[in-house]
Formats: sequence, structure tokens, C-alpha cells
Amino acid sequence: MTATGNTTAGTFAPRPGPAPVGRMILAQAALETRMLLRNGEQLLLTAVIPTLLLVLFASVDIVDTGSGAAVDFLTPGVLALAVMSTAFTGQAIATGFERRYGVLKRLAVSPMPRWALMTAKTASVLAVEVLQVTLLASVALALGWSPAAWGTAGILAVALLIVAGTAAFSGLGLLMAGTLKAEVTLAAANLVFVLLLVGGGVVVPLEKFPGPVQGVLELLPVAALSGGLRDVLQHGGGLPGSEIAILFAWAVAGLAAAARWFRWE
Amino acid sequence: MRGGDALARASPARLRRLPGMRSHSSPGSPGEVPPVQVTGLVKRYGAKIAVDGLDLTVRAGTVTAVLGPNGAGKTTTLETCEGYRRPDDGTVRVLGLDPIADAAALRPRIGVMLQSGGVYSGARAEEMLRHTAGLHAHPVDVALLVERLGLGSCGRTPYRRLSGGQQQRLALAMAVVGRPELVFLDEPTAGLDPQARRATWDLVREMRADGVACVLTTHSMEEAEELSDDVAIIDGGRVIAQGSPEELRRDGAENTLRFSGRPGLDLASLLKALPSDTAAAELTPGAYRITGKINPQLLATVTSWCAQHGVMPDRIAVEQHTLEDVFLELTGRELRA
Repeated sequence: MTATGNTTAGTFAPRPGPAPVGRMILAQAALETRMLLRNGEQLLLTAVIPTLLLVLFASVDIVDTGSGAAVDFLTPGVLALAVMSTAFTGQAIATGFERRYGVLKRLAVSPMPRWALMTAKTASVLAVEVLQVTLLASVALALGWSPAAWGTAGILAVALLIVAGTAAFSGLGLLMAGTLKAEVTLAAANLVFVLLLVGGGVVVPLEKFPGPVQGVLELLPVAALSGGLRDVLQHGGGLPGSEIAILFAWAVAGLAAAARWFRWE
Repeated sequence: MRGGDALARASPARLRRLPGMRSHSSPGSPGEVPPVQVTGLVKRYGAKIAVDGLDLTVRAGTVTAVLGPNGAGKTTTLETCEGYRRPDDGTVRVLGLDPIADAAALRPRIGVMLQSGGVYSGARAEEMLRHTAGLHAHPVDVALLVERLGLGSCGRTPYRRLSGGQQQRLALAMAVVGRPELVFLDEPTAGLDPQARRATWDLVREMRADGVACVLTTHSMEEAEELSDDVAIIDGGRVIAQGSPEELRRDGAENTLRFSGRPGLDLASLLKALPSDTAAAELTPGAYRITGKINPQLLATVTSWCAQHGVMPDRIAVEQHTLEDVFLELTGRELRA
């Protein structure tokens, strides 16, 4: 288009093209993280509830958490809960409503490839988890938490557990968001959150449950994650193989099912 | 000659222009790939046939309005072009590409405005527009679009708190911000106030002037007349008429020719000279009305008949019908379930 003196001539002259994919992923991850942090209900779920549980159960002797300081038992459990709240509950609810309001539909015709969108969503979940771990670890330390593993190996084991847990919860959350109606997802994701909070070894030791029930509960992803984190952070163990295997199995099953049944609109 | 005309008029299919045929000037060169070429598109949802053998060609650098009653297949057709739906039959080519197989190559080149939604409920208007711009290599200046579409005052308002009209304008801005070659606008002015509607029309006209092709659906005949180079009227999943608004007004519905003259003219004799689907009546003594396809030939026939019979046709006037008349005549006046 040639300039004709009119300052707006050629404003819309076609010049299509995608932005560099790395820039798209960063922008999308930043946007999704802002959406999460701006949402009051999500913050309640991801920051307020885990912090309150940690403070409450560490200061008041409600549940017998076994030998040792309560905070040493509680902190790994609450960290597992935090991962679940973001990767499963929060992601399921947010994605369910994105689907409902046509956000995913609109993004599907943007220049951003689908894999880049999924990468951005994962990056956003991990970014929120870093903030959660920072917050909860600070509160726990203030409450007298003394983690058993503090070296590189311990941190690496914790990071690996959190990543495996995130993959497991993301698959299940996306499966729920991509197959159910947004309102159903909202209700079901919160219900699952509460049930797993009680029965997933987060604040109540699994040993409190009868033997056969305990055996089943141990296979839950949140139980595997809290158990694994406890092995490392409370007991100073190395990488817990069986817990990692359980999380890995959930991740494969959940992500495969989500890939198979997820509906974008 | 007249017989052939009448034959050609017998079927509404006469209005359908064959792909590649052009009855009026086109900015695109003849050899160019049309931005949209849909041939024999069929789309079923279960037992329901949404689109039933639809043909549609959009010429380069033009605005095509797709009109039709609710459920006619407008959105399904658009969404097939956008790559959301897989055709059950027929071919769809957008910028020469297959919308599904070549989706990655096509998406950066088209702009899409959905009928509703498409934005995070917590995202602020300008934030979302900036984000969308950031997904493209050479976006339109966001500040300019914000100003053009009057989004400045609500730039920091979350999407869920925007008015319906503001949400529409944001969706339009998101469709055009990436400097696409072709935009699909699904009911872009539904629910807009007159000012916002004008702003939308101005934007579409400016894009056309800059060489962007546009396909839009609308229920507003005024919008189709104001904005489009071509109109396709869809009903029951097929294009039942296509042409420029003028062509459709002229050919698509019965028009009326009125004149005054001496009372008691021999209308039977006049009708013999006119095509068989023409009607004539003396409404009040000396006031005549002829209804049918009023074209220059008919007008000439009437005036020469008058000349032969020594009649001066006073106050002779052709009343052209609106596109809405054409639309209602073609798609029926009954309210549909």
C-alpha cells in the first residue's frame, strides 16, 4: 500500500505471520498466570486454604500426627495439597470455563500451535507452584519446620516428585475439564479436593485408616505425592521409587485419556 | 427471446453465479486464487443436515455478506472455513489451503470473530487485545485499534464486566489485529448501538480498501446493502441466491411499475406483450400497477405499447424493493420454529 497522505491508509494492509513460538508461549504463560493470581476463588484454593491448614494443624493438636513435630509431618502434606490445588483443581476449573466461554475455541484459530498452548499452561502451573512452595515453606520455617533433606539430592528429589505430581494432576484435571460441563467441573473438582484433603494423607496420616482402605488410599496421586515428599523431607530418604511409579502411572493414564477425550468446545 | 428469459427465470438457481464468473468489476486479477472457494459442502450433525451442497466463492478484496434465517447453515459454513468442522462432503479451500490439513499455515493468515465469547472472563479488554497482537509478527498498532473502536474507556475493565457491545468490538479488534488477508466475522454488529455499528462498518470498509477480503454473517439487510460487494442468501443449508445487492434487488423479487393514464386501458393486450409472470391492474380509474421482474426491456415494452395506443404514461415510476423484501420472498415470511 502506498501512502496517500491519509495517515491511516494501509493500516490493515495484509501482513500476516505468526510471532516466534517462544514469545507466544511466554506471553500465554504470563497471561494465564495473571488470570490465576487475579482470581479470588483460585487464590483461596491455592494459597489461603493450604496456609491456613498448615498454621491451624501445626499450632492446635487436632490430629495425632505421630512422633516428631507436627509441622514436620504437615509441611510435605500441605505442599502436596498445594500442587493438587493448582495442577488439578485450579486447572480443571479454569480450563472448564475457558472451554465454556470459547477461549480455547478462539485460541485454536490463533497462530499459536496447540502444543505451544499446552506448554504455556504447564509453565503457568509450574510458576504458580513455585510461588506456593515459597510461601508455604516460609510459613512452615516460621512455625519451626526443619526439613530432613536440605542438600542438592533432596531438592532434586522434591522437584522430581512435584513435576511428576503436576503431570498426574494435570492429566486428570484436563480430562475433567475437557469432558464435563463447566459447572459440573467446578463442583466435582472442589469435591475431589476436599475428599483427597481428608483421605489423601495430607493432614491425616493414612495409618489412621483401616488396613484395606489404607492400601487403596496409598494409590491415590495426592497420597503418593505427600508420602513421597514425607519420605524425603521428614525422613531424609532418597528418591522414593514406588511413589514416583504411582504418580507416573497416573500421569500416563490421565494425559492419555485427556488427549483422547478432551473436547475443545 | 422472451421465452428464453422466462425459462431462465423459472429457477432461483439462475441467481447463483458460477465460480469464476464475474458480472461486475473485481479488484482481484482473474487468475488469482479466490480467498474462499466452497464447492458442494455438506455437513451433518447426526441425522440433521446443517449444510446441504453449498457453493460459495469470495472474490479477492471484497466483502461478502452471508444472509439467512437462523439455522440456515451460516455459522456452520463459516466454521468449516475456519477449520473447526470437517466437511462430510465437498471441498473447502481458504486462501487456496485446506482449513484442516493446512491449518498451521492458514491460521496466521486469517482473522476470526466468533459469534460470542473467546476471551478469559478475568482478562482486561486492552490486555487481551495486546496479547492477541503479540501472537502475530506484524500486528496493527493496538492503541490505534482501541481508539478506532472506542475501547479506550473500558481498556482496563475485565471482559465479564464489559457491555455486550464492548465485547463485540473487542472480538472484532482481535480478529483484525494480526493483519490477516481474510477475516471471518460472525454477526459482527449484533447488539451494537448505531454509533458502534457505523464504526464497525467503517473498519470493514477500510480493510477492504487495504485489500483484505471479508466474509460476514448478518441478519441486517441494511448492513448487507451498506457493506457488501456480494450477498449470498442461504436457506436450508444451500445458497439460494447470490449476487451484488443491486442485482438481488433487481432480480430477486417482484418489483412494481406504476403509471397513470387514460382510464380503462386494455390491460389484457398489454399483458400479451409482457413476460408471462407479469401482472397488471388498474387500481383506481387511470392508476395502473404492473408487478413482475421490472427491467429495462419491460419498461421499453410498456412505453412502446403506450405509444402504439396513444397513451401518455404520466408519473411513470419503478419501485424497487429492498433487500429485505427479496430476503423474505426467498426464505418465506413465516416464523420458523
